[in-house]
Amino acid sequence: MSDMAKRIDVSGLTAFYSGFRAIDDISMTVEPRSVTAFIGPSGCGKSTFLRTLNRMHEVTPGGRVEGKVMLDDENLYGSEIDPVAVRRTVGMVFQRPNPFPTMSVYENVAAGLRLNGGHRKAALDDVVERSLRGANLWEEVKDRLHKPGSGLSGGQQQRLCIARAIAVEPQVLLMDEPCSALDPISTLAIEDLIEELKSAYTIVIVTHNMQQAARVSDRTAFFNLAAVGEPGKLIEIDETERIFSNPSVQATEDYISGRFG
Amino acid sequence: MTTDAVHPPPAPSPEERPDRPALRAGRGATHRGDRVFRGLSRGSGITLLVVMAAIAAFLSWRAAIAIQADEGNFLTTFEWDANADPPVFGIAVLVFGTAVSSVLAMLLAVPVAVGIALFISHYAPRRVAAALGYVVDLLAAVPSIVYGLWGALFLVPHLSGLYEWFEQFLGWTGVFGYAGGAPRSLFTVGILLAIMILPIVTNVSREVFRQAPAAHQEAALALGATRWEVIRMSVLPFGRSGVISASMLGLGRALGETMAVATVLSPSFVLQASLLDPGGGTFAQNIAAGFKEAGTMGRDALIASGLVLFLITLLVNGAARLIIARRKEYSGAAA
Repeated sequence: MSDMAKRIDVSGLTAFYSGFRAIDDISMTVEPRSVTAFIGPSGCGKSTFLRTLNRMHEVTPGGRVEGKVMLDDENLYGSEIDPVAVRRTVGMVFQRPNPFPTMSVYENVAAGLRLNGGHRKAALDDVVERSLRGANLWEEVKDRLHKPGSGLSGGQQQRLCIARAIAVEPQVLLMDEPCSALDPISTLAIEDLIEELKSAYTIVIVTHNMQQAARVSDRTAFFNLAAVGEPGKLIEIDETERIFSNPSVQATEDYISGRFG
Repeated sequence: MTTDAVHPPPAPSPEERPDRPALRAGRGATHRGDRVFRGLSRGSGITLLVVMAAIAAFLSWRAAIAIQADEGNFLTTFEWDANADPPVFGIAVLVFGTAVSSVLAMLLAVPVAVGIALFISHYAPRRVAAALGYVVDLLAAVPSIVYGLWGALFLVPHLSGLYEWFEQFLGWTGVFGYAGGAPRSLFTVGILLAIMILPIVTNVSREVFRQAPAAHQEAALALGATRWEVIRMSVLPFGRSGVISASMLGLGRALGETMAVATVLSPSFVLQASLLDPGGGTFAQNIAAGFKEAGTMGRDALIASGLVLFLITLLVNGAARLIIARRKEYSGAAA
């Protein structure tokens, strides 16, 4: 598991919804084995940007991307790249927990592996247990592996989704406001988990909660938009400590100190 | 972040707000409108039940008279001579013919309908999907007598080639034996019924597939699923109970279809192995064919057969509900 994390190098990335330019000319580097948080007001394009990192943006009707996303030395938007393969490499956890309702806990975790096919039962059992342990969920669900995943609590469901995402051993884990639908205790459990996961993965997390960004991330990127209808832009990215204590751009300081947004 | 505590203004006391009605309305616990509406809706409900019960009682009574007068066995006799004296009739051939043609229609229609529905909901570009949906809706609006005429004038003469091929390779099974001639047979009826139930099965399935939650489809995509895998992991399991309901709607239509079957089928009261050769009959077709010339006893006999069809439809619907309920805890509705 040690050599899976990869560096992401984004340059000149612009994303559209049909004619609307949602984010404009974003360049940044995301370091491997670290947590990078995206913060910014609603509509600033941080989720859109996140979704360009695993080619999920183009799934939306009208979604289109220009620019380059290098995963180590491979351009995810290269012409020979299969978006399906990209999404196997760059996993994603969503805002609302979304376990497959027709599947059991076990089947949910195994779902991604089954896609690739050819897994023996014993090997599958191993991966399911390892992933659930990795998501700090094993102890809570080991007696109900074959019960529906939708029967778990919201926080457990989100950890199930994380287990499902890491079961396919991605190199990068994207999290789109993973705690926004959870209570404080479940949020804490997820934050602890993120801290553990970063030793193995490159993690990018979008959050509305600045305290959360300060708690979990090593680096923080601040996004902003000039006005509604204008494209979102990256204002700055820096060490989290620096962003929250002494940011180099005034807008960042205004946002962090609660003067807007 | 600054936290300015917001203090709500103090609630005004009732004396200060004379325009507000007091809590005690002083005219009974319920309002007149509520009572009138409750009475009306309860009355309509009761009326419906009474009318239904009256119809059922009348039909059962007439059916009972016919079955008592029946010289043959109502369930096993291969004959329908209800106007004779004494009357001899049985529904065995009708049960067989109805079941075979309807099940065949389901087997042929449901896979195609699910395919069309998925194409419309998940594969086709928006404009193509809209056009195709419109065409399917048009199919549903064609009157069944038109299907019947098309079946008799086009389908029947064009199927004999296919049936000869069946006879050549599958004739040894007996089921696919074909003696030649115009195939006004149960198999032809099954094909025609399949076309007729295609729109309803397609439309209901399409609506269900469209409602498959985006969150689960994105979850599958994010795991590296191809489009077909997304459908298999999140759309089909979600739509499963809907497709079953759609199939049952289609089956209900196939079971009760009258004019199209009566126009195409060349009926006979024999039970034959071959589905390709003319012969057999269905409940609805038998009623349509016999009702006009029937005497009192003949009508009562047909009513008895109609009641059996009604029971079969009830059973089919009950079975469908059981299938849907069995895996309820895994249904998408819980999410």
